[in-house]
Formats: sequence, structure tokens, C-alpha cells
Amino acid sequence: MGLLSNAAALLGKEVRTEFRSRELLSTTIVFVLIVVVLFSFTFDPTANESHRFGPGLLWLAFLFAASLMLQPCFLREQVNDTLSALRLAVSDPFAIFLAKIGANTLFLLLTELLMLPVFAALFNVSFRGQWPGILLTFFLGSLGISIAGTALAAISAQARMRELLLPLLLLPLLAPILVASTEVTVGLMGPEPFMQWKGIGFLAVFDVVFLTALWLFGEYLLEE
Amino acid sequence: MAAAAEPSIGLRFEKVDKRYGAVYALRNLTLAIAPGECVALAGRNGSGKTTLLRIASCLTRPTRGTLSFSGVTENQNPRAGFVAHAAMVYDELTAEENLLFFAKLLGVADRRRLVHELLCEVGLAERKDSLVRTFSRGMRQRVAIARALLANPSLLLFDEPATGLDPEATSWLTGQLRELRDSGCTIVMSLHGESQVARLATRAVRLDAGSVVADTRSGATFQSVFTFAGA
Amino acid sequence: MAKRVLLGAAAVLLVIAAAYASFFVAPEERTMGALQRIFYFHVSCAWAGLTAFSIGFLANLVYVWKRKEKYDWLGVSCAEVGVAFTTVVLISGPIWAKPAWGIYWTWDARLTSTFILWLLYISYLLLRTLIEEPDRRALLSALFGIFAFIDVPIVFGAIRWWRTQHPAPVIMGGPNSGLAPGMRGTFFFAVFAMHILMWFLIAERYSLEKMRNDVELLRQEAEAT
Repeated sequence: MGLLSNAAALLGKEVRTEFRSRELLSTTIVFVLIVVVLFSFTFDPTANESHRFGPGLLWLAFLFAASLMLQPCFLREQVNDTLSALRLAVSDPFAIFLAKIGANTLFLLLTELLMLPVFAALFNVSFRGQWPGILLTFFLGSLGISIAGTALAAISAQARMRELLLPLLLLPLLAPILVASTEVTVGLMGPEPFMQWKGIGFLAVFDVVFLTALWLFGEYLLEE
Repeated sequence: MAAAAEPSIGLRFEKVDKRYGAVYALRNLTLAIAPGECVALAGRNGSGKTTLLRIASCLTRPTRGTLSFSGVTENQNPRAGFVAHAAMVYDELTAEENLLFFAKLLGVADRRRLVHELLCEVGLAERKDSLVRTFSRGMRQRVAIARALLANPSLLLFDEPATGLDPEATSWLTGQLRELRDSGCTIVMSLHGESQVARLATRAVRLDAGSVVADTRSGATFQSVFTFAGA
Repeated sequence: MAKRVLLGAAAVLLVIAAAYASFFVAPEERTMGALQRIFYFHVSCAWAGLTAFSIGFLANLVYVWKRKEKYDWLGVSCAEVGVAFTTVVLISGPIWAKPAWGIYWTWDARLTSTFILWLLYISYLLLRTLIEEPDRRALLSALFGIFAFIDVPIVFGAIRWWRTQHPAPVIMGGPNSGLAPGMRGTFFFAVFAMHILMWFLIAERYSLEKMRNDVELLRQEAEAT
């Protein structure tokens, strides 16, 4: 079984399992909702402020949510030592990472897209017909968050204080995603939206760099 | 149960150390297991039995020394079937879903039929649609064994397989192991004491503090290997 | 032992000499006056910190490859020394900035990446305290160290591209941009002195780590008998 077919099979299982219980998705969505609401409530921004700060707050909410949501992806595999079973069954351990990154990106993306209307309403911004741009930005940003987050989740799952440790490790590392995604999202908002391709390129570079690093070092993260 | 598809696999541990910090789980371990042997590993808790099995399964690598296999083609990974302490199956999936999933990863041909057969073999055909979460220890063990057998392995590793099983389940396990042994699989199983499972072995080896201290191949009796083998 | 004492003495003497040079040898800067002298100290610490982290990064890579514990000791020593120097940078910067510009801080490319770098290596050190088993700790922190190090240039790039509305510290921008010849000598001497100090601190921290490891081994052997 090749790398991609293994990854696809694993991804299928992760998605099927999650859609059966929906516990991860539901808690993440509610969490992002709470954070966005609290931001809006705390700052009560004017139209100008919304335009300036809104996207930053939105992505910050996504980042916080992700740093909590990514934790279970390896903790779950510790319950019955299923990680060992996976390592024994797959031909290339990178398949495990690919699958989890795929699943995490999907869940993050779903959360973000669901939250976007809420955000738009609370902050009084519009994304007039910018769906392709939004999708691309959210996808590349979420992919970057997932890649780094899945790698670091593999690390934090083997340490103590893991619930606090993952956000601690992840949030500084994702500073570039925060900046780039925010900038592109700002561009897509408001009366004269435009696509900041520089930002998209940057996000893509981040994703490629970290995916490559994970490909090079991933098997050591899973070692016993 | 069909005979092992490939020729049996032999293992050779050559001066293997496994260190965790300053603690040696295995120390200068040298052990050769011939193809088709059924080896019982005896020893107290902490003597290195689990570590030896995890190295044999290629889940862990030795700190020093080598482990080599004979009768294996694909770059020295024998794809052993491993039944460990933990069931290594997903609680939130059914027995059948678990087996189908792992069969898919392993690239097993005609997996639906194989999974169905295995479920019947291990006596879980009626409970195949129940979540593993609801299973007793004995039933989990059965799923674990089915999982280990999916790729029709020629090397089987069992870590204290009879622990927590009631007499009926233990008899069933003994029967399964006997069949596997007779079909030519190489089996290495760690055990606590002399029991009906232990008596299946063609050879017994005792570990203490990470090294081999007694071996029926070198003349020790089965009984002496298992003495003081209780926890 | 004698070598270490010699290195330590050399480091101390050089730093004192550099300090002297900063205050008395280098010419006074035209616009900022005496305040500018902190620059020799601040920038040389920054460079020493970066060098320490770079050596640490290499040590991390080699550890993952070779798995010899001495590379782990080197990695943690470099990280700690790097954090120490970077802390000095993050404190001395605002001290200079407030009287010079009226603000303590700004999120330009260099400051942001320095701060993130500092945060990441603090996390590295924290991670190490949370993993007990030494080989796991060495491997996982080395891997995190690698991810952290490759992130920093990306952070730098991100801020440089997008946060250009914040004024970059022009005079501190690149030590060779606008350094009068008299200053250049002092500056490079300060950089040299800080690197010797860095080397000494890393070596000391390394021996400490090695000693800790030896003590732990002895203790466990004693417990086993």
C-alpha cells in the first residue's frame, strides 16, 4: 500500500469517526463562537476599527481554537496504543501525518467557514462575492496551522502539561500565518476588495517549508 | 487457519542494548530464534520481555547491537503480527470496522471476505457490529488477535496474551496458538508463569535484568526456566 | 580546567575592554550623543545570541542524526545562552528606544522576529522540563528546536513585507549603514568580545550538563545495587 493510499484510508477513517460523534467539531465551533463574540463585546468596534482589527481578531480566534482542537489528534491514539498499530500497518509513517493534517485542515476549514457569517454580522463587515478568495486564504492558512499543529501535537502528546504545552509551542510558531492571513483577509473585506497574491504566495511557502520539514523528520516524532 | 504464506521467519538479537536514560531495559542480549520455533519468554516484571517484543516488532530500535531477520525480503521488516498489552484497536469503531480499516492499510486482498473469516475464527461474528468500547477484556483480546493475523504473518509476537482472560478464553487462546504453531509460524510469547499456554512452547527462555539467563536450548528444563517467573 | 579558567578570564577582560572602548574610545555620535553607546552592547549581544541559536540548531540536527547525548547537551547550552543574550537585547533595546524615539517598542521586522525567537526558545526550554526520560527529551526538543529555528526567518519575512508602516530603527538598521570609521573598530571589538563570552558560557553550561548527566548515572547505579 503506497503512501497516498495509506494516507487516504487513514483520512477516511478520521473523518468518518469525527462525523459520527461530531464532538471535536462541535466543541471547536462553539469555542470560536465564544471567542469572536467576546472580542466583539469587549472592543465594540466602530466601522473603521472593524475593518482594521476585525480580521486579526478572527484569525486569532481560529488560532486559539486550533491550538486546543489539535491536541486530541495524537492523544486519541494513546488510548489503546493504536498509534503502534498504525505504525505497524503503514508502509511510510508520513502517511499518518498526511492523514491527520488532512483531517485537521478539513475540520478547521469547516469551523472557519461556519463562523464567517457570524463574524461578518457582529463586526459589520462584508465579503461581497469574495468566496473564491476567502476559500483559498482560509484553506492555505488552515493547512499551515494544521501542518505545524499536527507536528507539535505529536511532540506535546509525549510530555506533561500537554493541554497548555501545545498552545505554548504552537502560537509563537504560527505568527507568520497570523500576519499573512490577516493581511489577505483585510484585502478581501469591504467596499473595494482585492486579492493580495503576495500573501497567498507567502502562505503557500510556509505550508511547503513546514510540510517538507515534517516529511524529513516526521518518523522521529513517532519513535518510541 | 491456513498455513503461513511465506517461509517462516527467524530472528537474531546480537548484543542488543536498549537504554532509557540510565536504565537498561535490555543489556547485551544475544538470542537466536529459528524459523518455526515457538518460544516462551519468562521473567519477572521489568526483566525486558516487553522491550524485546517491541524491538522484534520493529516498533522500537535498539540503542546498540543489531536485530536481523532471516527469511524476509522487504528490507528487513517482517511485518510481524503483534498482540500487546493494549488492544491496539479503536474503541469508537466496531470490531468489523477496525479489522476492515487495518486490512485496508495493510493492502490485504479481498479484505471483506478475510475479515469475515477471521471474525468467525475468533468467535466474534455475532458481535462484529458492536463498538469495541463495549467489549470485555477477553473480547478485545480476540479482536487484537484477529488484527494481528490480518496480513497472514509468519512471525507472531504476544505480550502476556493470557493476562486478564477467564479460563474459557484462555482455553480458546491456547487452541489458537496451537494451530498457529502447527502451521509453521514463528511465535514469541512472553508469559508470567507455567500454564497451559506456556506448555505449547517448543523452547523457553528466561530473561532477567535485560539479559538471557536460562534457555531450554542450552539444556535448562522448562520448569527451571519458569521458576520464580511469577510477578 | 586551566583552559576553562583562561577562557573565562579572557571573556571577562574582553567585555570590560569593550565596555571601556564603547564609553571612552568610540567617538560620540552626532544626533543621539552618549545614549548611542548602548548600541555597541545591544547589537553585539544580538549577534552573539543569534550565533548561539545557530550553533544550537546545528547541534539539534546532528543529534537527530547521530543520537549522541553530547549534541543534546550542546543544544540546550546554546539555547539557554541564546535566551540570555536575547533577553539582554530585548531589555536594552527599549531602554535606548524610549529616549531616542519616545516609544519603548514597535512591531517592525527585526524586533518582532527577535521577540518570537525568544518566545520559541523559552518554549524549547520549558518543553525540556516537561519530558522526564532523557532520550525522549533530547529527541523531541531537538525536533522542536529545528522547527522553531526555521520559523524565525519566515517571521522576519512576513513582518518585513507587511508591517512597513512602522519605522524601522534607521541607525541601528545594519551596523554598517552609517558607522563612522572610529565606531567600526569599537563595534567589531564588542562583537568579538561578546562572542568570546558566549563561547565561555556555552562551554560552562555544557560541562554542567555533562556533570549532571554523570551524577544521574552514578545515582541510578547506586540505587540499583
